[in-house]
Amino acid sequence: MTLLTVERIKLFSTRSPWWCMILATALTVGLTSLFAATTRTKDLADLTPDATQFAYNFGLVVMMVMSTLAVTTEYRFGTIRSTFLAVPTRTPALVAKAVVVASLSGIVGEITAVGSWGIARLIQPDAPLALNTAQEYRNVFGVGLVYLLASVFAMAVGLIVRQSAGAIVIELIYLFLLENLLPVIPRIGDSIQHWLPFTVGDNFIVAGAVRHSDGPPVIDNMPLGPWGSLLYFAAVCIGLFVIGTVLARRRDA
Amino acid sequence: MIEAQGLTKRYGRTVAVNDLSFTVAPGKVTGFLGPNGAGKSTTMRMILGLDNPSAGTVRINGRRYAELHHPLRQVGALLDAKWVHPNRSARSHLRWIAASNRIPVKRVDEVLEVVGLTSVAGKRAGGFSLGMSQRLGIATALLGDPGVLLFDEPVNGLDPEGILWIRQFMHRLADEGRTVFVSSHLLSEMALTAQDLVVIGRGRLIAQTSTQEFIDNASESAVRVRGPEMERLHGLLTGQGLTVRDVPAGADGPAALLVPNASTEQIGELAGTVGLVLHELAAQRGSLEQAFIQLTGQDVEYQAGAGAPAGAAAAGGGTGVAVPPPAGEAPSGVPLNVPGGDAR
Ligand SMILES: Nc1ncnc2c1ncn2[C@@H]1O[C@H](COP(=O)(O)OP(=O)(O)OP(=O)(O)O)[C@@H](O)[C@H]1O
Ligand SMILES: [Mg+2]
Repeated sequence: MTLLTVERIKLFSTRSPWWCMILATALTVGLTSLFAATTRTKDLADLTPDATQFAYNFGLVVMMVMSTLAVTTEYRFGTIRSTFLAVPTRTPALVAKAVVVASLSGIVGEITAVGSWGIARLIQPDAPLALNTAQEYRNVFGVGLVYLLASVFAMAVGLIVRQSAGAIVIELIYLFLLENLLPVIPRIGDSIQHWLPFTVGDNFIVAGAVRHSDGPPVIDNMPLGPWGSLLYFAAVCIGLFVIGTVLARRRDA
Repeated sequence: MIEAQGLTKRYGRTVAVNDLSFTVAPGKVTGFLGPNGAGKSTTMRMILGLDNPSAGTVRINGRRYAELHHPLRQVGALLDAKWVHPNRSARSHLRWIAASNRIPVKRVDEVLEVVGLTSVAGKRAGGFSLGMSQRLGIATALLGDPGVLLFDEPVNGLDPEGILWIRQFMHRLADEGRTVFVSSHLLSEMALTAQDLVVIGRGRLIAQTSTQEFIDNASESAVRVRGPEMERLHGLLTGQGLTVRDVPAGADGPAALLVPNASTEQIGELAGTVGLVLHELAAQRGSLEQAFIQLTGQDVEYQAGAGAPAGAAAAGGGTGVAVPPPAGEAPSGVPLNVPGGDAR
């Protein structure tokens, strides 16, 4: 408990987390309102709950950057050493940080998700945006869980690389280049795609949704169902975090 | 109480700390002295469990740092005053550290008061001057009211007032019965601060003694003597097998003779027995810094005489620039003589 308090004080006693939270929400909700406002009346039937989440990746990247910085700035300014002086076994401090930062990311994820869905409803009250089925609930509220796990992933990269610019560049290259380009490889590309963590994580949100011309991409034949996909994504993120923690324990601070 | 046993740290091929053993006793200020790059900071990081030793152990009150429960209540450290997030206020910085070891929040305001930062407690630490940062670092070390304190070059870059403040502060901590271990590369500073010294050069122990003893041995002592009959005086002293150097008239007085490794009593009595008139008879001390450079620069050569540093110091006015020994190679079977190792 005390270590959670420590990480909470650390996180909120600087300004950048606040900026990241505001930016993540504004970006996602703003893009969704633009999308909802420009939807033509004849396409209104396509504006389903899952379509309101098409922009969640923007906020996700911002919160991943915040999570990475929560780790790397500690290395940059040497406060990680103060942390390890206070908690010499190191693991409890790092786990506490992961819990606090990932929870915050998860909450921001839910806020962006509900905000995006709510604003679309406000702008297009006639669109079929009611949440009725379990799938529709997952399409909206599932976003927060993906934020939470992606935040753990980002902290793990931060722990391994220990350097802000390097860690963020690696994450962006991975997210925007590798996850998009690997599936292009002939023959094996498709099967690789089915196991790329963020693609699988996205499958948790969108699985089962109908495909729309300008809605979020839905990949066919994913081997795992939505909850299986979430478990797989969680295993990858937490596994990476375990590697980061083991390295942080072993290395000289 | 800090006890290091065969402490060694290698970074790749560099041996930063080499088989270092020493003890730091409570109730006094122990100086950790060595030139730049000697391995002081590395040793302190190993004491605090930040760096893993390549070999050897170090214990605080009989336990490894990692085994301490709420370590900040037993050990306080200032290794680098810059280990603060620049956009965090001094109070927030202390608050999270206090929370980590369940130290009551009111203690934060107490230590801010002790170091005189109360008025700027809410300001961002990034805007602090060097002296203020150093004070914040000391406040951090004091948070848990620990019995063991480590300071790495705490006076670096401070003005004379700040240096005096820190020096008196450390004396007070030691007088309260705490173990105070403070590093420096300046012998002159340590002479005023520390009662005991652990001296290292190139990662190896050179001496562990009381400061007084180290200074007495380290600095060359000589007798300056002058009289109306310089020729006869010269002949008398050389006739007794003493080395005599002529000092021409200069800024520090008229021409005189300098006799290394002699006492004023000895020379005064000699002159008296033959009825020589003397106009000046004074003990002289060589430069502390010069002697220190020589001791720590020639660590390998010096090891042979760890118990009698005067020999090495008096050996000549060389600059003490020695060729470093090959990394990892042990000195040729010379046992380390560690005086004062029984401190408790
Ligand atoms: N992380 C590291 N990686 C590689 N070499 C290092 C590392 N830390 C220290 N060293 C080397 O170890 C040696 C001892 O360094 P250390 O900082 O402990 O010396 P010091 O006595 O504190 O010096 P100073 O008075 O300059 O602070 C130096 O040669 C330094 O270059
Ligand atoms: Mg140093």
